[in-house]
Amino acid sequence: MDFTEPLTWVFSILALVIAYTGFRVVTSGNLIHAALALVFSLAGTAGLFLLMSAEFVAWVLVLVYMGAVMVLFLFGIMITKAPIGYDAELDNQNKGLALVAAISVFVLMSWASIVAFDGEELRGIGDPTSTETLADALLGRFVLPFEIVSFVLLAALIGGITIARKDNSPAEEGMS
Amino acid sequence: MPIVPVLILAAFLFSMGIYGLLARRNAVMVLLAVELMLNAVNINFVAFEAMLLDSMASGQIFSIFIITVAAAEVGIGLAIVLLIFRNRHSANLDDFATMKG
Amino acid sequence: MHSLLFALTAEADHGPEITAGGPLQEWAWLILVAPFVAWLAIIFWGKAMKYQGAEIAVAMMSFVFGYGLLLWIDTIRNKVVFEHSVVIGDLGGGWVFEWGWIVDGLSSMMYFVVGTVGLLVFVYAVSYMKGEIRYTFFFSSLSLFAGAMLVLVAAPNLAQLIVGWELVGVASYLLIAHYWEKKENSSAGMKAFFTNKVADVGLIIGAIMVSVGVGSFRFSEILHGAEEHAEGLLAPIGNSNVAVVGALLLFFGAMGKSAQFPLHIWLPDAMAGPTPVSALMHAATMVTAGIYLMARMFPLYQTIATEARTVMLWVGVLTLFLTGLLALVQTDLKKVLAYSTTSQLGYMMTAVAAGGYTAGVFHLFTHAFFKALLFLAAGSVIHGVHSNEMTDMGGLRKYMPRSYGTFLVGSLALAGIFPLAGFWSKDEILGTLGHEGYTFFLWVAIAGAFVTAFYMTRAVALTFFGEYKGHGHPHESDNMMTVPLMILAGFSILAGLTNMPGFLIGDRVVGRYTGFTEWLGTRALVMGDHHPDNLEWSLAIYGTIAGVAGIAIGWMLFSKDRDTQEARDTFSIPGLYPLLSAKYYLDDVALGMVGFIKGPLANAVEWINTWVIDRVVNTVGFGTKALGAVVYNSLDQKGIDLAINATAAGSGAVGGMLRKLQTGKIQQYAGALVAGAVALVIGFSIFN
Repeated sequence: MDFTEPLTWVFSILALVIAYTGFRVVTSGNLIHAALALVFSLAGTAGLFLLMSAEFVAWVLVLVYMGAVMVLFLFGIMITKAPIGYDAELDNQNKGLALVAAISVFVLMSWASIVAFDGEELRGIGDPTSTETLADALLGRFVLPFEIVSFVLLAALIGGITIARKDNSPAEEGMS
Repeated sequence: MPIVPVLILAAFLFSMGIYGLLARRNAVMVLLAVELMLNAVNINFVAFEAMLLDSMASGQIFSIFIITVAAAEVGIGLAIVLLIFRNRHSANLDDFATMKG
Repeated sequence: MHSLLFALTAEADHGPEITAGGPLQEWAWLILVAPFVAWLAIIFWGKAMKYQGAEIAVAMMSFVFGYGLLLWIDTIRNKVVFEHSVVIGDLGGGWVFEWGWIVDGLSSMMYFVVGTVGLLVFVYAVSYMKGEIRYTFFFSSLSLFAGAMLVLVAAPNLAQLIVGWELVGVASYLLIAHYWEKKENSSAGMKAFFTNKVADVGLIIGAIMVSVGVGSFRFSEILHGAEEHAEGLLAPIGNSNVAVVGALLLFFGAMGKSAQFPLHIWLPDAMAGPTPVSALMHAATMVTAGIYLMARMFPLYQTIATEARTVMLWVGVLTLFLTGLLALVQTDLKKVLAYSTTSQLGYMMTAVAAGGYTAGVFHLFTHAFFKALLFLAAGSVIHGVHSNEMTDMGGLRKYMPRSYGTFLVGSLALAGIFPLAGFWSKDEILGTLGHEGYTFFLWVAIAGAFVTAFYMTRAVALTFFGEYKGHGHPHESDNMMTVPLMILAGFSILAGLTNMPGFLIGDRVVGRYTGFTEWLGTRALVMGDHHPDNLEWSLAIYGTIAGVAGIAIGWMLFSKDRDTQEARDTFSIPGLYPLLSAKYYLDDVALGMVGFIKGPLANAVEWINTWVIDRVVNTVGFGTKALGAVVYNSLDQKGIDLAINATAAGSGAVGGMLRKLQTGKIQQYAGALVAGAVALVIGFSIFN
């Protein structure tokens, strides 16, 4: 990390934003706060993508993730009348074990990354990936996953409607 | 710039997500944590793409797929949580241990 | 042929032109087999047939009679001597067990007697036994007996003869004990069997000795060895040799079967069997088996075992006289006839012992007819009166004329009255005795003739004369019973005419007919037959005087006061009567001998059974039970069951522990997932 370059400073700022907001997602006592923290984390991520010259992905992230998914989240939170207020007991009894698990995963992954990729450089910075390349790849080499993902979306669409539609039968358990 | 800090960041986010997945009581919050994890993975993909400079930009393509699937998954997940809320009037995951052996 | 060779070398008295026989003789085994076939057929199908199997028996007997008749005619006309044996078993060391049949004069005469008397008795029995229990079994046993008797008289070797001998004993036992529901009848059967068994010991040992002497069971070999004074037969035993001892033992065997004193005790008790059985077996055929054996072995006794003849003579005359006396004190009609039979058998044995081969066998021949007649007529009377005792009879000649007439003919024949059959045969015996110079025995025989006539007159008078003393309604028997009686009466009259020594008038012999002698002489080896050339008038007169005297005195004693039964019944020979009525205490001797062995033996066996065998069995039982308990308790319950239960409990425990993983909490599952992934990564990185 060469702090003489402005790239490093930019990255550091973005990293801090992402990290702090991500932290706030999982430690916030307020559901809305958590959701909003995630929004900011995603925003930071989008900036990071821009930095790594993945513009298309950045804007897709902003559009889909932040625009649609998070809105959906907030809608869901509000409609389900989830406890919006501060809930002190937002963490369950597994906190300790979860912490251990999280720390161990972090250590493991960091160590693996350092061992494997120490000295590697990000090379594409400043060299934007053209949409044309992505389009060619998407509809060329990755056409099959593309189609399958569209099926997945279709299934999710239908499934979501089926699940969430109001059940007309008198029985309580109406999940079809 | 070196890739390792990016990867460490992604690792940090991922472990955050795991903590949230395991420790949070509210089902919605667990979903949020899952989103976090997916986001971390996205960062990893794009970083590696930048490192490797694949001609097809596979990392970014994959990242797009992840985002798409995450969106679908969130939709379904929220719908399920909705119904559970309707039936049980509680979002507390501890109350959903009906499959207890 | 073997027998032809002997025929040429034999000193036959008559007719040297002996032929070897043809198809009629070769198929003669049919008369041996037919009775056994009938026996089995009656057992299997008898009950289902119209006459319950009797028709099979009568048909078989008709066949035997017819074939026997043909053989008789052929043997006489062509002087056939035929013998055929088939080896059915190799005993090793040169000994073979053979099965075969002889057709010669002696055997064919026996076939004729068995066939004729058998057929008449069978026909009689169809009516006599009607309504009696076990009718079908009766006829099957009779058929078995006929077959056994024929096997006996057809035997060309001692082994087969012994087989037939024993089979005849079995059949006798079955038939005597026919009404075994009453204990005394089954006891009588056992008495007959055991007495014969005692005698059979002698028979078998004697047979073995004589056979070993010449190295073969065959009669032809044994008799040839006797003639040639074979070394094996003359091997010394003590003061004597094999031949004499063997001959004596064979005679001992014959004593049992032919009821010679003192082994005669079974014959009177054998009257417990049905009358047709008494007529056939204990008059005409089975009891004559002993005489037959002596006749068959005649050359042995005449050549090298002459010392045995003295014993035989004494036994014969003792039997003749003593058992005749016993007939005087019997009240049971059949028992009179039984003792009469033993007495006549004594006559036959005396004759054969004295060298009168023809005389003894001729008396067998005639006796078969008139004794069977007497038994059957007695049976007819008993059937009509439903009692065996003469005290229940009397005056029956009015009610049963045919039975009376035939019984009378039989009695006169038995007493030896001219010209009935008994006269000729008894005279032949007296002639032989006189000719051979056995004066003492001759006078005993004449005295025996007196006694014979005496007791028969008593029987006739008590049964047929006077007043009827019984309680039933006597009636004449039906034709099926009376016709055989009349046929037998005819035989009794005519049978004697087959052998009439001529009348010596001047220098010529007139009226001589020796058909029977020739018939009997037609055999492989005949020697030493001392046959009187003509009628010894003096002896004939003595015999007739004795007979007539017996009748006269008997009539005087038993028909006087014939209106008062008591006077007749109270006659008894002073002094002798207690001895006679106790049958010389022979039965008590026999019972004592048997009882002496029986008591301790039975006790010993019972002790062994209770303390040894039972104990072993019980110990085994208890031991097994205890072992089973041990196995169950320790091995099964504690061992195997424990293992299985532990396994089940262990599985349950492990399952219970694993079940706790299923908390139903998703986050815990996710946690497990993460932990597992971490562990895997660490593992891979360490080991790679």
